[in-house]
Amino acid sequence: MPHDPHQEPALPSARGPVSVAVGEYLLGTGALPRHESVAGADVYGDDLQLALYLCYELHYRGFAGVPAEREWDPDLLRTRAALEHRFLSALRTDTPAHDSVEDAVADLLVEPVEGTGVSHFLSKEGELWQVREYAAQRSLYHLKEADPHAWVLPRLWGRAKAGMAAVEFDEFGGGRPERVHARLFADLMTDLDLDTTYGHYLDDACAEMLATVNLMSLLGLHRSLRGALVGHFAAVEITSSPGSRRLADAMRRTGAGPAAEHFYDEHVEADAVHEQVVRHDVIGGLLAEEPHLAADVAFGIDATGFVEDRLGERLLDDWRAGRSSLRTRQASEISHIS
Amino acid sequence: MPNSPSDDERPCRVRIQHRGPLLVEGPVEVELEDGSTVASDRFRVALCTCRRSKRYPWCDTSHRERKRL
Repeated sequence: MPHDPHQEPALPSARGPVSVAVGEYLLGTGALPRHESVAGADVYGDDLQLALYLCYELHYRGFAGVPAEREWDPDLLRTRAALEHRFLSALRTDTPAHDSVEDAVADLLVEPVEGTGVSHFLSKEGELWQVREYAAQRSLYHLKEADPHAWVLPRLWGRAKAGMAAVEFDEFGGGRPERVHARLFADLMTDLDLDTTYGHYLDDACAEMLATVNLMSLLGLHRSLRGALVGHFAAVEITSSPGSRRLADAMRRTGAGPAAEHFYDEHVEADAVHEQVVRHDVIGGLLAEEPHLAADVAFGIDATGFVEDRLGERLLDDWRAGRSSLRTRQASEISHIS
Repeated sequence: MPNSPSDDERPCRVRIQHRGPLLVEGPVEVELEDGSTVASDRFRVALCTCRRSKRYPWCDTSHRERKRL
């Protein structure tokens, strides 16, 4: 990756009054958003989701021109808590919930014969420009793949900790930098002629994409949500293997390139293993120690499905209407070069 | 240290399950019917038992139940 660790990504353009105020506060040029604007913003909309994303990004790589100390600024944390409260409350209300972890997992383990999700679409009929848009959107997560999940490690013990650490070790390349999954994704982006700079596509990503990353950051940063983080991780790992097989097919069919195929081929195999470890050792180990977290594990699984379904619908709505799913004109121009 | 038996003495653990892959502690080398071998150095590997995997001998979750929704 050509990322220069001394050069943080530029702050993205604001998407409304809340993200304007958070961005200006980060740069030291303005005040934090007013309570009324936080309370009035669409909870799944661009403005609130970007504002929350900006707050969380300080815990990853930060932004150019923003002092690193802002990460623990108490006034900013108070605003972040207000944004999180709105997001988490909405998820708890809107997520269709299973009664038990067993039921939630069992539903993930059934494969539809005629699937209608975004990976089914890309595998059957996706064009190269849609594959490229998908990669640009997903780069917000995959360039920090498995990072938010590492935060849960100090909050687990015994079997759950050992299982989680083993899966994370695999995600981080098993000790080999060229195999770190974030690096494999950057190689995929290079095949697709996309910019691999960390944060490059933040301005282009839709609110639904921001929400999927915000969910992981939210669950990863709060010890009180460790059960939900484990559920979220299980949902990702259980659904990844068949989904990655379809995306590998899409890469082959569109001639995306060998590194693009390899990224998803690796996830077919790796996540078939991770699924087993996460189900038996991480969920099993956590609930043996802390059975009271079962409802939160189920919530993490269901909330992940909820935000992923919203993203899939958004992408398919745009593509079926012949529109770019990316927000900026510049990127939509790039995305149509095939 | 008496509390740290060396890895050499520890048997390789295999987990079997009613439905799903055989889980084997890695790294492994698998000898296929034609005499060729494939290897994986993952911390654990999932070996296909249903014979439906397109990445045989590695599991690709093809054993999962499929339903018309």
